[in-house]
Formats: sequence, structure tokens, C-alpha cells
Amino acid sequence: MLPANLKAEDFAAYPPEARKLVTAHLAAIQALPISFVPSLLKEIIDYDYKFPAERSSINAELAQLSALSSTQIQDWFQGFSRISLSSKLQEFDWVNQPAQFVEQESAHLWSTHQLDGFRTAATEYGNRMQPITKPEPLSVRRLGIAVIGQGAPSYEAPLFRRLREHGTYFDKVKPDNGMEQLFATVAARAQAHPIPYAHWYVDGGGADRSAGLTCVSYQSLEPVRKALLKNIDAQISKPGMGPEELRTHLARLSPADVGLNNLNDVALDRFQVRLFTEGSGTQIFSTTFVQWTTREALRRAQPLTLLARFAPRQRQRPMNEMLSSSHGESDLDFTGSLIDGDMAAYYHWVNQQRLAEAEKSSFIAWFEGHNQAIASAPSLPRGAKSSSAIDLAGLVKLATT
Amino acid sequence: MTFGGGARDQETFAPEGQENIPHLLRELIPQASFFTQVTNQGILGHYVATASLATGVYETLNNFSAIPPEHPTVFEYFRKDLRRPASDAWVVAPSNGFNRIGESEYRSYGPGLGARVVLPKHLLSAATSGSVTDYQHLLRDNYETPFYTPRIGGEEFELQQLETILKLSVDDFKSHAKTLSSPDELSMYIVKRLMQQEAPSLLWITMHDIDIAHSGAFSLYVDAIQRTDRLCSELWKVVQSEPEYAGNTTLFILPDFGRDADQDSGGNGFQHHRTGDAASRTTWMMALGVGVREGVVYDRPMQSIDLVPSLGAMMGFSPTLSQGRPIQELL
Repeated sequence: MLPANLKAEDFAAYPPEARKLVTAHLAAIQALPISFVPSLLKEIIDYDYKFPAERSSINAELAQLSALSSTQIQDWFQGFSRISLSSKLQEFDWVNQPAQFVEQESAHLWSTHQLDGFRTAATEYGNRMQPITKPEPLSVRRLGIAVIGQGAPSYEAPLFRRLREHGTYFDKVKPDNGMEQLFATVAARAQAHPIPYAHWYVDGGGADRSAGLTCVSYQSLEPVRKALLKNIDAQISKPGMGPEELRTHLARLSPADVGLNNLNDVALDRFQVRLFTEGSGTQIFSTTFVQWTTREALRRAQPLTLLARFAPRQRQRPMNEMLSSSHGESDLDFTGSLIDGDMAAYYHWVNQQRLAEAEKSSFIAWFEGHNQAIASAPSLPRGAKSSSAIDLAGLVKLATT
Repeated sequence: MTFGGGARDQETFAPEGQENIPHLLRELIPQASFFTQVTNQGILGHYVATASLATGVYETLNNFSAIPPEHPTVFEYFRKDLRRPASDAWVVAPSNGFNRIGESEYRSYGPGLGARVVLPKHLLSAATSGSVTDYQHLLRDNYETPFYTPRIGGEEFELQQLETILKLSVDDFKSHAKTLSSPDELSMYIVKRLMQQEAPSLLWITMHDIDIAHSGAFSLYVDAIQRTDRLCSELWKVVQSEPEYAGNTTLFILPDFGRDADQDSGGNGFQHHRTGDAASRTTWMMALGVGVREGVVYDRPMQSIDLVPSLGAMMGFSPTLSQGRPIQELL
């Protein structure tokens, strides 16, 4: 099927909000090339389970597409129009399975050497849409905090090397009550700016639910990981099941399939399931879980505040063992987790810099329990070092004022 | 030898990564011709990319299927043109999919003309009769799709290889394996035995430990780079110390490809190689030994599929179906 042949009834299986949205913009979608439309539908089909920031972005994108003249559509989508798809792909049910189509399209683009052309077209489209989908001015400057190295002994090699050129390195941080001070900061921001999904706490260990915060933790999701593993074990034994078929199966899993049934927060439930079904390594390493969760939260929910706390991950063991068994203190890799967290803190900053008003945002990374930290903010010099004694509350204040 | 699977410049030859590759940098580069701009324009999956390196054509096979390359491999060109026996071309590779990399099904080449393939993990699994408790750390596999971990099976044929070709008793193999810490170390152990016992003229070694990066643990990725760096040095020392190889061998080392850049929003930095960006496509290659100028750095762009025609030009066979070009600096 080609987009030009789309009818409203083709979207009968879509969730209600998504169906309403796609029907309202059907004329615009019909005019777009097939190499592009499934990517758009992949976002729309999950509209009912999206975070507010994502919904706003999709609304703005569709409004803009509907406002384009046919000449403008030709201009905007000429790169996508040049992409040649196989008849097998064209016949695929991309209306109801857009994510699976996009995966197969990606393989097709690789094998037919069209990936670079597609990348260029997508980048140009993204650049054009960026000012249109730009969110409203933020009510407060964005703040990211990464706490790394929990339980690690002193570490001789330099930390925060990638971040130092972007901020000020502190080597006399007073660690006492550091976490409490950071929690107080995050809670105060959530109370002052009570916006849904605007303030997150991600923990590689366990995390208590806190008022006003969106909390995600590795430990609390252990039953989900176990349910997922059981589900996968059952799938793998089926005839014809391979890595690609398994990915397709995982993409279709709902929160209820793995024991999540929080009817009050379907968006967060879906988000958490996707962390395990789309993330790689999130199932086995808590450090990877926190890094990926942070990335996805920033990309999707665009929070004003994100506190990420890394816990020590298990040591590397055979894959099956890591997936299935529990572990004791002796099986934890403290130094490796610190190094993982150091890189993840940098990625936290990189992902935060992709969001609106990045030039005003602040970021802090701290080696938990120790006196090393880095802070990046418009008010702080870059590539500088401070040996002034300062506690975490003082550091936050310095970075956010 | 592929420096695999997938390492970025910033963790290797870029200034901030050089601490991870002391052996390449201080021992091997001074003796090598070093090519700094090697791009891979093909599909960035480890099996398909390694198959492309071996055929000199950007293969399009399914990365996760155990199927042979579409085009003739370097082993087939070598054996057919130079009339070499099966014992003269070998591949030592990680297990997944790579068991078919030795030969294509291309008409006029294909079955019977390729390389013999050793999969050390299969060998170990066979040697331990499936009771692998003490060896699990050497059997790690499939970092890209961790949930889908196929069983590693061993067959009688491989056990025969162990005893008849490598001249190793099962007990000695198992005993030595216990002293090793990673699958690539196991591969290197097999390589050394193969060089000592069989001394093939064409030996292809695929490293894979670095692909642990897919788990997202940066420390393990860097550990694997440091280990691979050490194994490269070990291999070169073996080449220089083994009578069959000393003074008459050329060693090529190159990654199959890189990994995604930190700044590409389509990826997640070092973890994967999915974006097709410059960082994931651009790597390096070094050549050292006979016929190679020492201590020379070449910055001109070249492609990874240029390897096979270069080997052909150096060794005297004609990879007629390869789409790469011989590297003139090596001729």
C-alpha cells in the first residue's frame, strides 16, 4: 500500500487518541513518501502512551505537515522520495506495524547502500522541524545531576575527563549528607514547578517513591526483568524463532505481559517496559540501566530535573548467568561501575545538551562519598578547577544561580 | 587479524585513547605501515562486515544467519590460483555465524576451495562434553542480542581437529583453558597451536571481545581493547619466534569497523554501531613484516575492501571479483 491510498478506516486498530490524531491529519499524511510515513506512524501509534513533551512535539509536527503546500512537500521530502523500497516492504502492513517496518526498512537501506541518503534526508527534515516543534520557554533552567561510584574506594585515575572542558572541576567537595542535599534540591524544584514528568529520579539500586518525582529504579523493576526473561525463554523454544523474530516479539509486549499494571500511569509503565525490550545491557547491568533510562527520559520526557544515581553493577559473568541469577556483594564490580558511571555522566550531559535552552542548563556530576565533582553551568568557567571547600547544596546553588 | 569487534578512534589512536593501546603504539606502529583513514562502506554487523573484508566486496547477507558469503573469499582465490592444499588456509573465529566464513558458494569457487575454520568456543564445548561450569567465562557470546544466546555445540569433527591437527589432548586443552580469561585469549591459544603444528600460509584471526560494548559497560569495553592490544603484540612475537613464520610473514591488523560517535543522537555512543556515521565507518589498518615499509603513516582514504586485492597482489593470486583496489603503498 502507498500513503496516497490511506483511508481513515485503515487506522481502526489504533488507540483512540492516536486514531483521532491521524484521522485529523490524513490528507497531509497521504501526500508523503512511503519511505517516511511509517516512521511518523511509529510515533503516532503510541500517542496515547506518550509523555506530554512528546505529544506536544507530535502535535506541532502534524500541524506543520498539514500546513505545507504541495510544492513545499516536494521540497521537504525530495530526499525521502529518492529512496527506493522493495515490493516486499511496500506490501508490508506498515500501518499497523510501523515499528517492525522501520526495522526492516533499516536493514533494506543498509543492504542497498541507501542509508547515507536516508540519513541526509532525515537530518534535513529534523533541522526544518526543530524550530517548529520547539517547546514553550522553560519555567526553570534545566538541571541534571549524576551521582557515580557508590561504594567505590578511592580512585587514582582522573575522573570526569570528558566533562572538564565543559565546566569547573571541584576537588574539595564536602561529601557529608551529600545525597540528602541533592534529594532536597530535587524535591524543592518539583514542589516549585509541579509539572507532570518534569522531575525524575533514576536509581541503579532501589528508590522510594517521592511526591512530585517520577521515580525509576533497577531494583524495583526486578520482577519485570524476571517476567520478561520467562516470557523470552518461552519464545526462544518456539520453532523459527531467531534474533529478529524475538525483537519483533519484544516490541509488541505490553506492560501487562510482564506484570506491570499501573493503570494510573500507563505512560511510565510503557516507558519502563521499553527500557528492557529496547535497551541493550539494561537487563544485566544496573549502570547500563541508569545510563539508558537517563537517555530515554531526556529524549522523551525532556524533564526539567533529572537526578541519576549509579549503584555498583554485577561483575561480568556468562550471559545466561548474568540474566538469570542474583548476586552478592562479592560479585559487585565497584571500580568498573565507577568507570561506567563516569562515561554515563558524560552521556547524561550530552543528552541534556540536545534539549531546548541547553545554553542555560546546569549539570553536576559527583563521585559519591568523595570530594570530586564537576559542574557545568552558564555562570561557571569551563576547563577550570576549584579547590575551595564546598558541600553539595553549595555546588547546586553555584551551578543554578 | 581483525581488532574486533568494533573499536572507535577515541578509545584507540586518538590522543585520549592511546593509553589503551600501548603495544600497538610503542611496539608495532614503529615497525609498520599505518593507514589512518580506512572506511567501511558496507553493513556494520560483525559477521557480514568480516565476510566483506574476506571477499573484498560489501556483502549483504543477514548478519545473524550462518550462511556463506555471496562472493569468493580470499581463501578461495589463494588456494585455487596458487593450488594450495586445504591445510594452508585457516580461520580462527568467534562462534556465531562465523562457521561459514571459510568459503562461498560461488560457482567455480566455493565448496572444497576455502579455508578450514576453527571455532575455539565450539572446540572447548566439545572438549568438556557440554559440562562447561569451569569454562563459562571463555564461552561468552552474542553481545549484540543478549537475550538470544544460542547454545554452543561441539561436534566430533572438532574434537578430532584438537587431537590430530593441534596435537593437543583433551585434558591438556581443558587444563590450559582454565588459565585463560576471555574468548579471544582462547582464540589466541588455538592460533599459536595452529601456527606450530600446521603453519598455514594464510591465517585469518577474528577477535570479538571488544563487542562486550553492546552491554553498555564502558569499563568492560576498554578492558577488552587493552586485552586485544596485548594479544596483537603476542601474535607478532609468535610470528617472529616460530621458524615457519620468522622473516617471511606479513601481518595485517584492522578493526572490522568502529562504533557510533558520542554526538550522534541516533545512537548511544560507544555502545553500538547502528548509525552508519563517520565514527562507526572509519577505522585504521596496519601492516608489518615482509614487504612492508616500516614506520610510515599514510593518511589517504582507502576502503576496507581494498585488503583482499592487496593480499592478492602481494601473494600472487587474482581476486577478480573483489571490488576493492590494491593498496599501492604496499606493493
